[in-house]
Amino acid sequence: MRKINGRVRTAFLFGMAVLFLALITIGGQVFAEEAVVTDFSRKNLAPCESYLFGTDWMGRDMFVRTLTGLSMSIRIGLLAAGVSALLALFLGIVSATMGKAVDSIVTWIIDLVMGIPHILLLILISYACGKGFRGVVIGVSLTHWTSLARLIRGEVLQLKEAAYIKVARKLGLSPWQIAWKHMVPHLFPQFLVGLILLFPHAILHEASITFLGFGLSPEQPAIGVILSESMQYLAMGKWWLALFPGLLLVLTVVLFDVAGESLRKLLDPNSAHV
Amino acid sequence: MKKSMNKYTTIKNVGKQGIRMILLLICVSIAAFFLVSLSPVDPLQANVGQAALGSMSQEQIAKLNSYWGVDEPPVERFLSWASDFFRGNMGISLLYRRPVSEVIAVKFANSIWLLGIAWVISGVMGFCLGALAGMKQGTWVDKVIKGYSLLIASTPAFWLALVLLMVFAVWLQILPVGLSVPIGMEAAGVTLADRVRHAILPALTLSITGISNITLHTREKMIDIMESDYVLFARARGESNWSIFKNHGFRNVILPALTLQFASISEIFGGSVLVEEIFSYPGLGQAAVTAGIGSDVPLLLGITVISAAIVFGGNLIANILYGIVDPRIRKGGAGL
Amino acid sequence: MEEKKVILEIENLSVSFRQYDKGFGKTDLDVIRDLNVTIHQGEMVAVVGSSGSGKSLLAHGILGILPYNGILGGKIFYDGAELSQKRKEELRGNEIVLVPQSVAFLDPLMKIGPQIRRGKKDEASEKKLDQIFKGYHLEKEVQELYPFELSGGMNRRVLVSTAMMGNPRLVIADEPTPGLHMKMVRRVMSHFRELADQGAGVLLITHDLEQALEVADRVVVFYAGTTVEDADVKDFAREETLRHPYSKALWRALPQNGFQFITGTQPYVKDLPEGCPFGPRCERFCEKCRGEIPYRELRGGKVRCLYAE
Repeated sequence: MRKINGRVRTAFLFGMAVLFLALITIGGQVFAEEAVVTDFSRKNLAPCESYLFGTDWMGRDMFVRTLTGLSMSIRIGLLAAGVSALLALFLGIVSATMGKAVDSIVTWIIDLVMGIPHILLLILISYACGKGFRGVVIGVSLTHWTSLARLIRGEVLQLKEAAYIKVARKLGLSPWQIAWKHMVPHLFPQFLVGLILLFPHAILHEASITFLGFGLSPEQPAIGVILSESMQYLAMGKWWLALFPGLLLVLTVVLFDVAGESLRKLLDPNSAHV
Repeated sequence: MKKSMNKYTTIKNVGKQGIRMILLLICVSIAAFFLVSLSPVDPLQANVGQAALGSMSQEQIAKLNSYWGVDEPPVERFLSWASDFFRGNMGISLLYRRPVSEVIAVKFANSIWLLGIAWVISGVMGFCLGALAGMKQGTWVDKVIKGYSLLIASTPAFWLALVLLMVFAVWLQILPVGLSVPIGMEAAGVTLADRVRHAILPALTLSITGISNITLHTREKMIDIMESDYVLFARARGESNWSIFKNHGFRNVILPALTLQFASISEIFGGSVLVEEIFSYPGLGQAAVTAGIGSDVPLLLGITVISAAIVFGGNLIANILYGIVDPRIRKGGAGL
Repeated sequence: MEEKKVILEIENLSVSFRQYDKGFGKTDLDVIRDLNVTIHQGEMVAVVGSSGSGKSLLAHGILGILPYNGILGGKIFYDGAELSQKRKEELRGNEIVLVPQSVAFLDPLMKIGPQIRRGKKDEASEKKLDQIFKGYHLEKEVQELYPFELSGGMNRRVLVSTAMMGNPRLVIADEPTPGLHMKMVRRVMSHFRELADQGAGVLLITHDLEQALEVADRVVVFYAGTTVEDADVKDFAREETLRHPYSKALWRALPQNGFQFITGTQPYVKDLPEGCPFGPRCERFCEKCRGEIPYRELRGGKVRCLYAE
């Protein structure tokens, strides 16, 4: 009995995580205008009933600001992770199917990207794009595809040896037909889980690079900007400016992890004897 | 006879990997140079136009122009930059007004302590925790360790740094806020104790975040080993859990752990960029941020190439160690 | 012939696993449903079943090393008393020993000598191992090798040596001769025969009836998780002395009897029929076979078939 519940619980967990993330994303957009409202009559308030996360030195409601910032981070994360995952899918399949030369080029690029520490490469790309939104999205997209590409490459190499693919080849289907009709459907669950598990990294790196001053501009209520600004006020004892936005960021990242892992369990019955 | 043959293949393999590393490094510098050339920001306009330009000789300015001037085609600029770089001349930092190699040497000397300590602590702790969790898979010990690691993996290093700063520097006031060298003090006047005090929080942050990844990976490997046929057979032969760990677990997990440890250099370095910035620790990471923000292209490129060299060097060492430690490779077997 | 003491008695053993389907379903897979084996001192009993019928789990069940989601049912008696998990842990590696299929069951990174001694470095263990190696004509230098350096001929002797470090009274050999040619098989089997002749009970788990008939005293035929027949090796001389239709089919498939294979395949554990598992492939199948089939004594052996006579 308990065993059945374990599986239902996983599905429930997945649903809750997705719901919560959707709430943050939508909530942040709904309150976007409220997030920039300044009111000096209520500045520097510690967390209280009407301002859950307190207010900052310009009297902005930190809860709303955090929500808006996270919403933006999630949307950037979705975009960058999506691009990254598609890149991984494409390069992974190409690497495994287009012969030795292409394979070694792709492996070479992977080694190259992994050779430069992530943050440093992000700084370089952001600098190349003249900072700002475009720089973050391109930077995060170009740096996060490597491990998923490796995974998909390995999976395709295995698939190539599978009997039904060999039959399809004998029947004269072109490599692209085989890839599209037989490999993509098989790879889809892996791809989906990989995609969701990319989000947390994408969001963390977006926040980090913005925090350092290379990402979104200071006018935007991004979570990295919020935390970066809070630094100047920490020494004055305004702890709430950093604590709560950070906690909510951690929660968001954890929820994406939960969503990805529980989806993996649901799609792969063998992995779960929980 | 056979032994010398094996030695020969080992040396050949190391040589091959070394060449590969150098080629990768060249590609890294090309890619990095290409990226900074794409930037809409003109580093000369951004920096050299300022007052300090006057302190530069005409010759130096000409040199800068040949690297970064917008008039020259990029390939030529790269070649002139690369050929100087190859001879050890990394150019002049636009912000610090000193040779890049000098700036990097000073910053690196500061960083190496921080990175080294965090690297060792996270490696040793991560290995122990991961091995323990893997041996006790499914028990509460495993759950606590795994939970901690997953939580830390989801926590941005810079926020953790802020929290530690709030707790130890602002609230408890037992550790300094930042700065490796207290303001207004000559570098020579800095005591070792000062250095250590200022390095504690950054090192702690880096260690805490570094542990989680190594723990999770070591745990996975350990679980694989515990499910292997040879551990099954060891159990069938009446070996206790401790004996299984001593005879088989440790022996088999230390090899992947070694690789992991050297691969984690990249991650520790990445973390140091954020952590050094927050604690105003004058290391390589902070210099990279300063160079990026201030369009100090020569310095940014120098740091990129050096850090990539360190990362590739780490991988190379891991491969060589593997060859020495693993009898299947050492004795010229088929390998893994 | 004097009555030898029973060393191992297995009654209605079952091993099942909990499995999940896509979505929310789960099933208990009964890989072994009903297994009965008795082994006397000095006796070599072969459990014969085709590959993938879950035979290895029998060995793991006796030794108490099933995976954590495996559930063991039925009763196992060793040396007259029930074999509990605690007793298994005390006895395994000493009185009850396993000889595995291949060197893949040896730690690839541990030298042979220390590995067989289980890491012990005391003089007594070293001396004992030296003696065992002498007995199997293995050079002392072999102790300094890693598993991957062993030659095919050494492999088997090293694996048998692992069993001799204890004082084995029950030896379980799990498919000890995979992919070996007949000459090699005979040599390996002679090691086990030797152990039996010295008084130990030997349980040989194999898919190869021909091999089993050469060395064993008794053969237990295993089909789709169930023991269907328990027969003396002599009974395999002629088809008529055999009891179960599956044993007869195995007999007809032997090279000297014309290589006649029966049609159909062994059912996968998930799709087992009700009652007799052999039913769908049996000529004499009828409605009664869907019910419970008792494992009964017949002509000095045992059989799980309603029609055997």
